[in-house]
Amino acid sequence: MADLKIAPIGGSHPIYRTGHNIVARNVAMPLDLGWVQGVRVNLSAAERRVASLPGRRTVKKDAHAAWLLKAITCIDLTTLNGDDTVARVQRLCAKAKSPVRTDILQALGMADRGLTTGAVCVYHRFVVTAVEALAGSGIPVAAVSTGFPAGLVPHDIKLKEIEASVKDGAQEIDIVITREHVLTGNWQALYDEMRDFRAACGDAHVKAILATGDLKTMRNVARASLVCMMAGADFIKTSTGKEGVNATLLVTLIMIRMIREYQERTGFKVGYKPAGGISAAKDVLNYQFLMKEELGRDWLEPTLFRIGASSLLADIERQLEHHVTGRYSAYNRHAAG
Amino acid sequence: MSVARYFDEMSYGPAPEADTEARAWLKRHEAGFGHFIGGTFVTPEGGQYFDAVDPSTGNILGRVAQGGADDVDKAGAAARKAQGPWAKLPGHARARHLYALARAVQRNARLLAVVEAIDNGKPIRETRDIDVPQVARHFYYHAGWAQLQASEFADQVPVGVVGQIIPWNFPLLMLAWKVAPALALGNTVVLKPAEFTSLTALLFAEIATEAGLPAGVLNVVTGDGSTGATLVGHGGIDKIAFTGSSEVGKLIREKTAGSGKSLTLELGGKSPFIVFDDADIDGAVEGVVDAIWFNQGQVCCAGSRLLVQEGIAETFLARLKRRMATLRVGMPLDKCIDMGAIVAPVQLERIKSLVATGVAEGAELFQPNIDLPKGGSFYPPTLLSNVHTAATVAREEIFGPVLVSMTFRTPDEAVMLANNTRYGLSASVWSETIGLALDIAPKLQAGVVWINATNLFDAAVGFGGYRESGYGREGGKEGAFEYLKPKAWSGRKARVVSEAVAEEVAVGGFDMPALDRTAKLFVGGKQARPDGNYSRAILSPKGVKVGEVGEGNRKDIRNAVAAARSAEGWGRATAHNRAQILYYLAENLSARAAEFAGRIAAMTGVSKAKAEAEIEACISRLFSYGAWADKFEGTVHTPPLRGVALAMNEPIGVVGVICPDEAPLLAFISLVAPLIAMGNRVVAVPSERHPLAVTDFYQIIETSDVPAGVINIVTGAARDLTKTLTEHDDVDALWVFGTKENATLAEKLSVGNLKRLLVDHGLLTDWFDGQAAEGPILLRHAVQVKNIWIPYGE
Repeated sequence: MADLKIAPIGGSHPIYRTGHNIVARNVAMPLDLGWVQGVRVNLSAAERRVASLPGRRTVKKDAHAAWLLKAITCIDLTTLNGDDTVARVQRLCAKAKSPVRTDILQALGMADRGLTTGAVCVYHRFVVTAVEALAGSGIPVAAVSTGFPAGLVPHDIKLKEIEASVKDGAQEIDIVITREHVLTGNWQALYDEMRDFRAACGDAHVKAILATGDLKTMRNVARASLVCMMAGADFIKTSTGKEGVNATLLVTLIMIRMIREYQERTGFKVGYKPAGGISAAKDVLNYQFLMKEELGRDWLEPTLFRIGASSLLADIERQLEHHVTGRYSAYNRHAAG
Repeated sequence: MSVARYFDEMSYGPAPEADTEARAWLKRHEAGFGHFIGGTFVTPEGGQYFDAVDPSTGNILGRVAQGGADDVDKAGAAARKAQGPWAKLPGHARARHLYALARAVQRNARLLAVVEAIDNGKPIRETRDIDVPQVARHFYYHAGWAQLQASEFADQVPVGVVGQIIPWNFPLLMLAWKVAPALALGNTVVLKPAEFTSLTALLFAEIATEAGLPAGVLNVVTGDGSTGATLVGHGGIDKIAFTGSSEVGKLIREKTAGSGKSLTLELGGKSPFIVFDDADIDGAVEGVVDAIWFNQGQVCCAGSRLLVQEGIAETFLARLKRRMATLRVGMPLDKCIDMGAIVAPVQLERIKSLVATGVAEGAELFQPNIDLPKGGSFYPPTLLSNVHTAATVAREEIFGPVLVSMTFRTPDEAVMLANNTRYGLSASVWSETIGLALDIAPKLQAGVVWINATNLFDAAVGFGGYRESGYGREGGKEGAFEYLKPKAWSGRKARVVSEAVAEEVAVGGFDMPALDRTAKLFVGGKQARPDGNYSRAILSPKGVKVGEVGEGNRKDIRNAVAAARSAEGWGRATAHNRAQILYYLAENLSARAAEFAGRIAAMTGVSKAKAEAEIEACISRLFSYGAWADKFEGTVHTPPLRGVALAMNEPIGVVGVICPDEAPLLAFISLVAPLIAMGNRVVAVPSERHPLAVTDFYQIIETSDVPAGVINIVTGAARDLTKTLTEHDDVDALWVFGTKENATLAEKLSVGNLKRLLVDHGLLTDWFDGQAAEGPILLRHAVQVKNIWIPYGE
């Protein structure tokens, strides 16, 4: 059966390679409160969309393997734990550089692609370690740098932390927003905060973590998404991984529809990062389907799509080995991350 | 394609569902499927077969028997033989059978889903995730009604043998909608599947046999339209339940006229999908996908008329077009598609031709640039915008993946455009303002309204149309009544009509003459002289003239219907208000009881005591309907979703009432009171022979605050007035009590706008018997149930 020829939003249909494509950076805009207040989200309708999607889209065999490999290129391989150490981070970086066993990549005809994860994501303390470990690989280091995960340290401290991370070599900064601003409807405060974060990042890309599990309602999520984009977020991201509920397909649908609307009005493509709770290969495919269906082909590449995950990679490796051998695989057959 | 290529393109690739089991089943039946009669497959009497075709390839799947009169006879006889024993089983036993059917459907779920997909062309996603689970749900739900029948329907009995004719768009699901309630409530069935899609009905029959369903309870006769026609005309069938086109529905109505068969019709639609400017636009766009590109748009309740508020129309259509470009059309068994094949080449041609007409009439055509599989019957998702209300594509059901769009400015205009159709099956309303959405829903002429949703179905919620979308409900308690009839009406005898008497003209004497009183008609709250200016003499049984009444004609009916139509406000009056007026009528009648009793005695020749009893019964009956007015309420269904479905009892509208000769005032009140209690407006034709008590009643109406136009009365020849009322397309329902000929006439002529009919087939009702003549037994016919689905959540 022939494939759909869907023109991505914006027109062209380039062939993508692993790595970064050029995406014009979101230059932000003044806070448009009318737009923010006008946001309408119907929960039941959104739920129906995500509930029916897995029945409408699936990939099998070679396509399945290819989509999983693509997912690896989008993973922000992450360790954000109180017991992180230099050696732990170094091990993670080694895995990021070589995420899949060479023999498997060879069997898939993908050994020459220099496949890596999208980034490595650590606390500020380990930025230097990661930058050194990843030197020459082209893999960017992302830092969570604003009093992660609650984001309740003083504003000026957050800005200093961002500056320090950037100075240490982080190319991406994952900030957390002050949830109070959303819960009290103080959009101006959220906008100002985000704008300061963006300014502090300089050339580093900034991902705005909304902590959707704390925001509770989809309207809150949609409005917070919009305000962060207006204030210059390069990516919007669901969660710290520390909230009660982290990334879900539902919250993804709401956020990426806002990304689409922002692009419709401003022309800028903002990236999306679900984080926390995506640990199975079959789950990540549904996120990819949603990206392709709602936003288009461009959002399947690490330039516009990242997945914050720590154990997902191991499951993908097992699925890839199964694809090659026809035998179900085990974790101990793949290098630990 | 290689992994690397997929990695670069990120395309989907094929994802076929395995069909091994289905092919093996077809292989086993390679020699041809027989009819399923009396618990076994039998070869067709005529020896004729036709091909079952996979519409996505044109390949032949099997040979299906062409049913003839002999086959239908056999099936009818088998069903008749089984009906008594089946109905006599305790409800619990029937519940176990239905429960076993539900379980059997679940055990065979994938096989059923695959066979359905290849036979019909619809995506496996839909058969697997929607059709088959709903089928199981219907049997579980109705197992419950079987279990509860003795307590919940104590005053009802099964209809008997039911002929069921189902369409090709949801072959198995429509089987379940029809078979489950029929069997649950003690009926037996002769089912005629659609010619294009017989396979799952035959597979279901096999499964049902394995599940232990007794022989003859369910019979399946396959064939084309002629088989259906034979079933409709068959003398051994008590009821026809049909789902299909309005055109065929009307033929069935005509053909069954006078047969005494009861009838439910689930017909076509041109359902509005209304999007207000405060809607979740992306949610609503996705709703459109579910409304018109579900099952390739071959859905009777498809949201096929998009009405968008003008201010957001441009944005909405832009987003819709973008969404259309991501729809995938493919082979039915591909698990990565949104739309499959159109059921047959003839349907594909019809869609193409209607779209061409739409474009020729000025619509703007949009079809996304997407690939369609080659070889089979495929059609892309299609949007026709800038469509005007007069356009063919805005009025005719296309039954394909074609959406037409229009804009509106205000909520009133949205309602007006939504209702500007002969149909009335369903409607979707999209708004995030609760007050707006809940205000609009009751104003829509549709049997099902979805708020911020579309195409939701459940066995617990009645489904069925207003207007030319048919009558009857399927699902819920309201649907159960379609397969039952009141015990109180079971023993009714044919009405004996005595010869008309000749007038005894007495020569006038020199006594003080009686003051001449010629009753006029009662139209729009006023006594009106009949248009023709003729009157008719009313004679006592001895032939003595007791008065004269106006001879109503066509124009009087026209005027009365217009008056009734303009009294629309009565339907919106509070139930309390309607109750007060019914009590007031009783009060004013009571004050003049003696006079009315005297009139009845003089006019009909009954004893004074009997006449007095009739007046007392009239007063009591008016009180009863005063009581019912605010108590015959709807229900809240609880389907499996976060939300509710409100089953509202809504007035039908303008109802014609033809009254019988017996108990002339009591019969009139027994028929008119339940109708006005529920908010209908009435055009009543009193007893042809004994109308004077009703014409006297004008004064009671005039003094009881009944708003003008709520009750209109036209005296005259029952047959002529029945004909005019039946042929009037602005009359929504008709109750005909009187001669069998009149009932047959009404049934035959009601096809113009598919009026809801309640006829007595010339059988005599005991109007003094409350069981037979008062309460829900009539109130159920005085309303139509609208189900408003309200999913909620923030």
